Amino acid sequence: MNIHAKSVGAVRYVGSRQPRKEDGRLLTGRGQFTDDIRLPGMLHIAYVRSAAARGRIVSIDMDAAREMPGVHAIYTQADLAAVPVAMQTFFFTPIEAPVTLLADGRVACVGDPIAMVIADSRALAEDAASLVEVVIEEETPVVTIADAKTGPLVHPDRDDNISAEMGDEDTREAIQPLLDGCAHVVSTRIRHQRIAQSPMEGRACVASPEGAGEMTVWIGCQSPHLAARYIALVLGLPAEALRVIAKDVGGGFGLKNIPWREEVAVIVAAKLLGRPLKWIEDRFEALTASSHARDQDVSLTVGFDGEGHLQAAWCDYACNNGAWPMGEDANIAVHMFMWPAYKLPAYGFVTRGWYTNTMGLGAYRGPWAMESLVRETLLDKAARKIGIDPVELRRRNLVYLTDQPHTSTLGIPVTDITPGECLEKLVASIDLAAFRKEQVEARKQGRYLGIGIATYIEPTGAAGSMAPMTGETVHLRIEPTGKVVAMLSTHSQGHGTATTMAQVIAQQLGVAYEDVAVYEGDSAIGAFSPGAAGSRQGVIAGGATWRAAEMLADKVKVVAAHLSNASVEAITIQGGMVHVAGAPEMTRSLREIAEIAYGEPGRLPEGAATGLEAQYRYQPPPMTMTSAAHCCMVEVDAETGFVKILRWISSEDCGTVINPGVVEGQIAGGLAQAIGQVLLEDMPYDARGNPLAPTFKDYLMPAISDVPDFEYLHASTPSQTIGGMRGVGEGGCIIGPPTLVNAIADALSPFGEIEELVLPLTPARVLDVIEGRDISGTRAHLEGGASAAVEAVLPVEVAAPAAAGGIDGDWNMILKTPMGPQVMVAHFDTDGSAVSGYLEAPEGRQDFAGGTLSGRQVKFEMKVEKPMKITLKYDLLFDGDSMSGKCKMGMFGSAKVSGERA
Amino acid sequence: MSEHRIELTVNGHRHAALVEARTSLGEFLREELGYTGTHLACEHGVCGACTVMVDGVAMRSCLMLAVQANGGAVTTVEGLAEPDGTLHPVQQALKDNFGLQCGFCTPGVAITMAAVTRENEGAGAGQIEKALTAAMSGHICRCTGYQGIRRAIRQLAGATT
Repeated sequence: MNIHAKSVGAVRYVGSRQPRKEDGRLLTGRGQFTDDIRLPGMLHIAYVRSAAARGRIVSIDMDAAREMPGVHAIYTQADLAAVPVAMQTFFFTPIEAPVTLLADGRVACVGDPIAMVIADSRALAEDAASLVEVVIEEETPVVTIADAKTGPLVHPDRDDNISAEMGDEDTREAIQPLLDGCAHVVSTRIRHQRIAQSPMEGRACVASPEGAGEMTVWIGCQSPHLAARYIALVLGLPAEALRVIAKDVGGGFGLKNIPWREEVAVIVAAKLLGRPLKWIEDRFEALTASSHARDQDVSLTVGFDGEGHLQAAWCDYACNNGAWPMGEDANIAVHMFMWPAYKLPAYGFVTRGWYTNTMGLGAYRGPWAMESLVRETLLDKAARKIGIDPVELRRRNLVYLTDQPHTSTLGIPVTDITPGECLEKLVASIDLAAFRKEQVEARKQGRYLGIGIATYIEPTGAAGSMAPMTGETVHLRIEPTGKVVAMLSTHSQGHGTATTMAQVIAQQLGVAYEDVAVYEGDSAIGAFSPGAAGSRQGVIAGGATWRAAEMLADKVKVVAAHLSNASVEAITIQGGMVHVAGAPEMTRSLREIAEIAYGEPGRLPEGAATGLEAQYRYQPPPMTMTSAAHCCMVEVDAETGFVKILRWISSEDCGTVINPGVVEGQIAGGLAQAIGQVLLEDMPYDARGNPLAPTFKDYLMPAISDVPDFEYLHASTPSQTIGGMRGVGEGGCIIGPPTLVNAIADALSPFGEIEELVLPLTPARVLDVIEGRDISGTRAHLEGGASAAVEAVLPVEVAAPAAAGGIDGDWNMILKTPMGPQVMVAHFDTDGSAVSGYLEAPEGRQDFAGGTLSGRQVKFEMKVEKPMKITLKYDLLFDGDSMSGKCKMGMFGSAKVSGERA
Repeated sequence: MSEHRIELTVNGHRHAALVEARTSLGEFLREELGYTGTHLACEHGVCGACTVMVDGVAMRSCLMLAVQANGGAVTTVEGLAEPDGTLHPVQQALKDNFGLQCGFCTPGVAITMAAVTRENEGAGAGQIEKALTAAMSGHICRCTGYQGIRRAIRQLAGATT
């Protein structure tokens, strides 16, 4: 079946720049953002936050604040604990850090919420909050990744400051001989700064308890359905019927993937107080106390043969998770997606997340984007070292369509990617030779031009492999008035889903775009989906509406054929009119057909359902790949270090383009954020754990003067999904940073390499390269400041008693998988040095045999089928009634195991 | 807190109210009068989302106190379009050019563009484009990368010459 050729209507809405349906209300001040909600009896919340990064709460004096007129309540964790809450990740797995809604006896970062003040107005709540006196016995904080390695424990009950760990140090020894045999070995190190996602509307929540049975929540989110499911789960499925509404949201970018501590606290407080409550985050809170992103330290070494062909690579990745991450994260996706677009025979890695006393890690557009930044900047460095053109180096290594199917080093099947084709299209559109000539001439005049090119692929539209990543449902109907209504679980924080979905429906149904109304942004309509997360809505909701509109058109045709005594094949729908081939006098409007379908069942075909409705839930392929190649040209001022972007061309393949205006808007927005990351944005911390960019005067957001005009090339190779779309929401923010860094590095090449990339590339850091000395003070800071403030804690030598009592019997065991910890019961039976037994989890039980016991060490293997065929290799060390070790999980690297005797 | 009686017009409608001295114009417009089209995004005068016109001049309503608008004529984004719903040229230009996505910064962007096009009425296309672009450097948009805003500026510059 050719799913792309079947077009019902004559008007090609798909591919056209239809004006956005959202704009009418947003341009005239009639949007409905969370702060626009006002309810009778509603009170306002302000949080009291920690000014210390780490320490014990000695006292909280609330007397003066409580006495203020207009203050209704002040809650601390002792009060909120009346409602049990177990925070979860986006993947609906438990948060491992002991996170509570408000600080529970200790604070672990500046901005940690300690108390919530509830008052008649926001101003009064803020006044009262300033009167709450908190005494904290301050301790020296752990701020950087380097601190985390040697400093005290961020969470005293844990073994170390490693929040998550995958991969295997052992692979370093396996890869090293391969690197030793390479003609060229190139290394790079990137320190990516901490980013504040900074949607223009901060976080916001209104919770309204309606009697004992209902709770309505308005919240800044990326999916009302996901927010509703998350709130229900962390509250242990409360008795209230929970409805979440989010009509307009002022940007999300991953920050609003899940409700976090403050929003859940609003809901819990509303339950306790029985009043509607509102919390609107201010910008100071948004910058310093909303979850942050990135903050990584990555080293990559890659070997090439004499002709520049990739041979082997090894990567050491570390990510600062802060104190309370929205999910402990070693960012395994960085490694999964670093090489599938390239022919690389061997890859090894170790990847870790670290707890520190800083604000927690959250998601940000393309959370795994480091794979493209570190790979593409290293490739350009390699091209200069080997003496080969960077485009040619990529040509020799990219996986072109003719190379597919291909399987990546880590086992990811690649069947449908076009990074090489995007690159060829890009290169054909620019005159590289002319630029190089101009570059040479310019250098003679002391002007430094640079060109950067990068290629990448991106997994989009994921469904079916992770709990929250699902299909999409659309309920579509033609009203008795003839107008078309779609009920969707999509969500737009600027994505324009009401627009793009209406275009698909109008085209496939054969009606005017203006006659389609799309309702979304409410958990009471549609069905579960994660909304805007993982570049998925155009792909999956687009496919759902595409098919549902065809189903509804088929239904109209059956009714019309019956009424006209014609064959179904003779019926066409165009412009809202239903035509019968060869009988123009029998043309009816959709309204006439609808009135009959709803009101005169006797005139319908026998057995036909009344009304004109269709519902379809689309489950797409597990993953749909998007590819792109970008080119950027810059001029670097050698006197000031200032970077001016001259030109930027995007050559992307996002399959079927529903609305070029919307697609280009997504790319441009991502690229602006990329420019911010490379040149401007930074949320540094001082040695005491204070965030240093608490206003927009300190945290530099890209302005109109920082962003050039972007040019676009669309390849539009249809994907395997219904409609052929590919996701495009995150791409600009992934491929943008390496494209710009490569252009700057090219411009600076007469002066030398950017040996270690420390972002952002401020003018001072650019001058470091130009003048060959530490003008910015970055080196001095990195080498001097890392652990100066931290008392080193030596590892405690633990005596090693024999495995008293043997290992036979049941053990409660936890396996830390990339999707969160998995709890299971392990049973061991020993017979001399032979070990057998089983692992039992809620999903089922699996036996193993052939294991070995050597001293206190047990090794055994187990083959599993889900989520994919891999062999798990356990290596455990027993110590009395506890055990620990690791489990090698094929391409997913190693996961930590811990357990206690049951 | 001291309270003051103020009178002003908003989008041509007369309002009188008692306000605390510390209440910002933006908060007053939103909370007391219900003009929720004005958005407060940074509340420290950098992002421009809260911009309204006071006596024809673009002002950051987070930095101006309500009492300072006493006797003034305020125009918010709700007051830009014609009573029959016809969009103001800046609104139309933003719509035509995908100049907005989430729409949170948009009210301030539209107000500033309206004020600047009015100040430059009759000027040449180059001057209008320059003035609008310069004014836009005082507005932060996190969604669009300013592409549609820049196209809207060119459309406005072309349309008014």
